Amino acid sequence: MAQVLSTPTAPRLSGAFRWLLRHPIWGFVAVVFIFFSFATAHFFDVQNLQNVLVQTSTIGLIALGMTLVMINGNIDLSVGATLALAASLTVDIMGWPVFADWGNWQLLPAVLAGLAAGVAIGALNGIIVWKTGVDAFIVTLGAMLGVRGLVFVYTEEQSFYAMNFAYSDFGASSIGPLPTLAVIFIVCAIAIHLLLSQTVHGRNTYAVGGNREAAVNAGIRVGPHMVVNFMIVGFFAALAGITLSTQMGASTPNLGRDYELWVITAVVLGGTKLTGGAGNIIGTLGGVLAIGILRNGMNLMQVPAFYVLVILGTILIAVLFLDKQLNRKGEEELRL
Amino acid sequence: MTESEPTLRLEGIVKTFPGVRALDGVSFEVRAGEVHALLGENGAGKSTLMKVLAGMYQPDAGQIVVSGRPVVMRNPIEAKHNGVILIHQELSLAEEMSVAENIFLGELPRRRWGFVDWKSLHERVATILDKLNCDFGPRTRIDTLSIAKKQMVEIARALTHQARIVVFDEPTASLTDQEKVVLFDIIRDLQRDGVGIVYISHRMEEIFTISNRISVLRDGTHRGTLETAETDEDEVTRLMIGRSLSYERNREAPDVGDVALAVEGLSCGRLFDDIGFELRAGEVLGFYGLVGAGRTELAETLFGLRRPTAGRIVLGGSEARIDSSVEAIRQGISLVPESRKEQGLVLSMNCRDNMTLPQIDDLTAGPFVSNGGEIAIYDMYRDQLDIKAPSWRQLVQFLSGGNQQKIVIGKWLAMKPRVLIVDEPTRGIDVGSKAEIHNLLRELARSGYAVMVISSEMPEVLHVSDRIIAMYQGRITRQFTAAEVNEDNLVQAISGIGPGSGGKARPIGAQAA
Ligand SMILES: Nc1ncnc2c1ncn2[C@@H]1O[C@H](COP(=O)(O)OP(=O)(O)OP(=O)(O)O)[C@@H](O)[C@H]1O
Ligand SMILES: [Mg+2]
Repeated sequence: MAQVLSTPTAPRLSGAFRWLLRHPIWGFVAVVFIFFSFATAHFFDVQNLQNVLVQTSTIGLIALGMTLVMINGNIDLSVGATLALAASLTVDIMGWPVFADWGNWQLLPAVLAGLAAGVAIGALNGIIVWKTGVDAFIVTLGAMLGVRGLVFVYTEEQSFYAMNFAYSDFGASSIGPLPTLAVIFIVCAIAIHLLLSQTVHGRNTYAVGGNREAAVNAGIRVGPHMVVNFMIVGFFAALAGITLSTQMGASTPNLGRDYELWVITAVVLGGTKLTGGAGNIIGTLGGVLAIGILRNGMNLMQVPAFYVLVILGTILIAVLFLDKQLNRKGEEELRL
Repeated sequence: MTESEPTLRLEGIVKTFPGVRALDGVSFEVRAGEVHALLGENGAGKSTLMKVLAGMYQPDAGQIVVSGRPVVMRNPIEAKHNGVILIHQELSLAEEMSVAENIFLGELPRRRWGFVDWKSLHERVATILDKLNCDFGPRTRIDTLSIAKKQMVEIARALTHQARIVVFDEPTASLTDQEKVVLFDIIRDLQRDGVGIVYISHRMEEIFTISNRISVLRDGTHRGTLETAETDEDEVTRLMIGRSLSYERNREAPDVGDVALAVEGLSCGRLFDDIGFELRAGEVLGFYGLVGAGRTELAETLFGLRRPTAGRIVLGGSEARIDSSVEAIRQGISLVPESRKEQGLVLSMNCRDNMTLPQIDDLTAGPFVSNGGEIAIYDMYRDQLDIKAPSWRQLVQFLSGGNQQKIVIGKWLAMKPRVLIVDEPTRGIDVGSKAEIHNLLRELARSGYAVMVISSEMPEVLHVSDRIIAMYQGRITRQFTAAEVNEDNLVQAISGIGPGSGGKARPIGAQAA
């Protein structure tokens, strides 16, 4: 409270430095950003930066929810399949004959149904993890296979095309200089950041993931918190499916394959622990941006796609190693 | 309801776990404004009884009466609202969260929309921390605190509610002496406010300092309640374990052999500096000092967990490079660590597997782990250390705190090391087993092991050691032989005061405990 107004520069600098120590991924984001700005002719174009934001927003939305689930000490592998299910449902339902003369209002039931499907799958995952005590990895691995199967059954292996052009127009629209999809992502990121850092549910999420026994001892109801977080990640997976299909004006049953891996990579890059209890949205933002910029930049440099994967894998391990080195507690650290 | 109605009455509480009848009809009461000590061997059921009281377990039979009103408490929050607060035996904190959040864990104050009311949270916690004389603030993260300070955070939870009953389950196990004083002041404050206190500890001197009455549990049954003023340690001990114990000081001249371990000028950053000593086969060397004197860090360095910044370690005559615990074990050094839950045990494994963990590679029958060999080792140390577990299949997390500690000790004894380092070997261990562990350490020395004992309990170092090294702020202040040490010069040595001017050098003998 009693802070001196005219803070001298030195402490402020060291404050920024300490911030960077806590979020080393942002240092990495800055480095690759500067690198690609100089190394390629078009990276720094407004158009391209808008592209990066839109591309990032899909993985980013899911990563917001995944951060909650992982801080909670769980994981959700079914997000890619959920994304495909929500996209297929939404694109299909808006073309149903019942809504034929609803005009643009046909989007409303379609989007709601897509989101509801995501939330329902999340709730199901959460309740199974809570009530059976089976590890979230296994439960959501099952859900990943099962839901993907469901998508193929539902779509009969067909792609769907959005009959209402307002849908794909929305995907291409902008609010001022920012693409609408990027704005949606930013608003959601702020909301989840507040949820995680300022609300009782958010703080209890940390407690449950950090020390489950302590949380139980303190009377925190562990199960409901987990279910809520699975529902949130389900919601975001569905939302990402919808925004992705607006970009293409279509959905395919294979949509979102491997997304769970990209999302988990981004979240872990952002400093969230796989064991739970630690992590935050600021780091996750850095993680998704790092991946988005790398993929976009290497694409511009015409690095072949397979090398991109090799490079990303290497970077993942290098960044986590660096993080460990930076956050060591001095020379005398325990070697275990 | 007469005026002598106790604040808390437990009637015929029964609690069984698979294979264990932990509580068998326990009745017991606590009056307003009294400190009621609860004593019993490891596994007697003390913590279980208190968890029933705090709503964490539901009793199979029996009734809880708070201020004359029977209550059912289905979870810890309901218990708190009935004014019952339990301070846990094992630290129960979320490491990556702030002190304030941990103190109000499960009950963060709210504003609208489920947002945390940080202002009121931090104000309330600041007041509590002030009362406890803590030198850290509400926003400090738990993982930056020492074990003793974490324990203070745990204790701070007692002050969050208008309590009627506060239970302290071994609160002093890892506190420094200054903090103990603060804790006792807090307990007296609570007492003055008419709060009933249940105090669980294995340290007799504390029990006799602080309590008004003493109840003893044994094998899940209530053995009796005594007025503290009208009893003595011997009577309590007999009630607890069925026999008397002698607290003889170690006087025998050891039959020492060659130097097993020599340390010269060993330093490690700011942790300790210029440490030099010799440890011979057949002797017990005690390391005494305040918490934070660098003894644990020294042990960890010898065990290869930290890299020394200067100095030499000589093992059995030749200089040794120990840069990992694997290497340390190979060269015959074992360390029984100070915090069993974090460093010594895999809680989700069973008793046998925990005990044979470090030597699993050697216990083979063909390509497989030899089951029989493992069980034989477990059985041997179960008998030797009197471990109370229904069978070797029991998961370690379900053992009582003291029995967990015995598993850790057994594990390292089973490695048959040349140099055995034990760090706070009897923390949380009942008086009977404590005496057995002390005898065991002496016996190990007699049979040729070199034993290094780190302890913050004076009676313990005096009792087991042939020689004592006193440490203060990372340096050795003095080395004593059993003949020249006494309480006074030892206290001086560990508080950084130079050798005193003779004074009343009263050797402490049988009365120490
Ligand atoms: N959750 C559980 N599941 C199975 N057995 C348990 C469980 N909790 C405790 N026990 C058993 O109940 C008995 C009583 O344990 P308790 O923890 O109450 O002992 P204690 O008196 O507190 O001992 P200590 O002094 O070592 O802390 C022990 O035999 C223990 O193994
Ligand atoms: Mg106990």
